[in-house]
Amino acid sequence: MKIIVAIKQVPERDAQVRIDSSGKWIEESEVQYAMNESDAYALEEALQLKEKHSGEVVVVSAGPERVGTTIREALAKGADRAIHIDCSDLAQRDALGSARLLAEAIRGENADLVLTGLQSDDLGYGQTGVILAELLGVPHATLILHVEKTDAGLKVKRELEAGWFQEIELPLPAALTIQSGGNKLRYATLMGIKKAKTKEMRVVSAADLGAAATPVATLQSIELPKKQRSTQIIEGDAKAAAATLVEKLKFEVRVL
Amino acid sequence: MSQVYVVLEERDGRVSRASWEALAAGQKLASQSSGTVTAIVVGGSTESIASEAAQRGAAKVIRVEHPLLAHYTSDGYTLALQQLIEREKPAFVAFPHTYQVRDFAPALAARLNEVLISDVVAIADGPVFTRQLLQGRLAGNYRHQGSGPCLISVQAGAFRAEEAPASASAEITPFAPQIDAAQIRTKPGEPFRGTAQTVDLGSAPLIVSVGRGIKEADNLPVVQELAAALGAELAASRPICDNGWLPMERQVGSSGQTVSPKLYLAVGISGAIQHLVGMKGSQCIVAINKDPDAPIFEVADYGIVGDLFEVVPALTEALKAAKG
Ligand SMILES: Cc1cc2nc3c(=O)[nH]c(=O)nc-3n(C[C@H](O)[C@H](O)[C@H](O)COP(=O)(O)OP(=O)(O)OC[C@H]3O[C@@H](n4cnc5c(N)ncnc54)[C@H](O)[C@@H]3O)c2cc1C
Ligand SMILES: Nc1ncnc2c1ncn2[C@@H]1O[C@H](COP(=O)(O)O)[C@@H](O)[C@H]1O
Repeated sequence: MKIIVAIKQVPERDAQVRIDSSGKWIEESEVQYAMNESDAYALEEALQLKEKHSGEVVVVSAGPERVGTTIREALAKGADRAIHIDCSDLAQRDALGSARLLAEAIRGENADLVLTGLQSDDLGYGQTGVILAELLGVPHATLILHVEKTDAGLKVKRELEAGWFQEIELPLPAALTIQSGGNKLRYATLMGIKKAKTKEMRVVSAADLGAAATPVATLQSIELPKKQRSTQIIEGDAKAAAATLVEKLKFEVRVL
Repeated sequence: MSQVYVVLEERDGRVSRASWEALAAGQKLASQSSGTVTAIVVGGSTESIASEAAQRGAAKVIRVEHPLLAHYTSDGYTLALQQLIEREKPAFVAFPHTYQVRDFAPALAARLNEVLISDVVAIADGPVFTRQLLQGRLAGNYRHQGSGPCLISVQAGAFRAEEAPASASAEITPFAPQIDAAQIRTKPGEPFRGTAQTVDLGSAPLIVSVGRGIKEADNLPVVQELAAALGAELAASRPICDNGWLPMERQVGSSGQTVSPKLYLAVGISGAIQHLVGMKGSQCIVAINKDPDAPIFEVADYGIVGDLFEVVPALTEALKAAKG
């Protein structure tokens, strides 16, 4: 089975972010980056499918040069090769725009299965995988926790709201968006890290792919969320704050 | 005059709460452009939810009905709504941002050469649509520049369902899409519940909930001791359960449990919307987080900004002392 995994590099969760001078994105030089969380699970699912059914796992990632480190991490975990779409205007593209880039980069691969994460932690459109399926003309299923290969194609476990699930059958080729938690993530081994250096990483430019950036939905500005909070922030060192909170719980909230 | 379509979703045979919120967002768009709101209901038989929709807010209701829509599939919904939208050419189409909408609306938009502006939390004049970025740490303002309809989905809780005024009974019209069984490529199974629940967080009066700020499974005793001192149940955000550090039945949020205790004490939880929807209804929310800008403070009544590894043990001690 030939499996493509779309992996996005996003700011680390604990990164302190600052709005840049354009007012349209964050000061990129100040943050550390990591692999998007659900994409790590998509990669894990792909690697396990390959281990069971043999085949190839190809990683695709669109972003500036720095995404190379995240691609190497995926290769070190066991992906076979990678396509890096070099582009530095992701925030100005909408979900359709970045899905077009990914679609054009992988169309010629004729993969059996395309996996994406269900949502990126930065732009959070929650759409790229579904649009990708549409552009490639393959069926899709979203919020997937488990994938099983059957004679007819795939049987997948889909998460629904409030603790419910559903099984869906679909033929191959197909695209799935992967939810976190279905598998346990692996770590890269030293051997894997060494091997990753020799694996193929093909770089293509966004311009080469001919997918225009003209967005349908444009990001005009970013800002800090409007605060509606009425939080009483309890000051003091840990001990003093704890003592004050206990007083509040006793006399204001009345739960003690 | 612009037409605003709002696609309603059914839950347990009734129009879902999230759908009424989407309708309220639709009203807002309509009032900005002196347009009218049409509620769209989709299914195999839609009579009862159509009449429910007709009694509440929408000027018109369209029943998109076909036997192949009896069970939700992305292909079925996409085809049906594409045909309706291409024929009627509404200016806006609003959806609730549910798991089902996430599953088909992006494909529908792409088929129309449009893009869904997803998970909208506010609409200003323009219209300018605000959506969260970086898990709620920033907000982004978007404009639609496509030539076709503008599609949006609305975050749960962002618009007040009550804002939709009750109207005199609206006109209900049918729409019969053309769908062929061969066009539906996926075969959905019946929904089922996860493993049997052994803890009932829903009725717990006191909950201590732990998030990724705890860093490692080995640190869990820090919050377990706090829960014990308080006599509270222990709950968690998704990553804690994803990692297998606590069982999934203790997960609070959109895909886990919904709780409304007297006290919800969130420790090292950032407050992503998917977590908030599961605990916003708590009577009192206390947050302990080292980041003063963490979105959890948007909903907290009391907050301590600090390192949980210092604050939580101090709190446990203070509680023990207070309880004697
Ligand atoms: C479709 C979908 C469904 C989802 N369903 C759910 C769900 O049901 N439930 C759920 O919870 N999530 C759900 N999520 C995930 C959700 O979006 C967030 O990723 C998740 O809630 C984040 O968990 P967290 O707050 O524990 O972790 P993080 O976002 O990583 O936050 C950790 C917090 O800990 C703080 N912290 C770190 N160290 C310390 C310290 N030493 N002292 C004090 N504070 C510290 C940080 O400042 C940060 O705010 C879902 C996501 C999607 C897309
Ligand atoms: N620039 C990108 N490069 C690679 N994959 C991406 C990119 N943007 C989005 N994706 C994939 O699409 C998923 C959903 O992203 P989004 O639609 O932005 O929420 C992510 O989890 C990734 O798997």
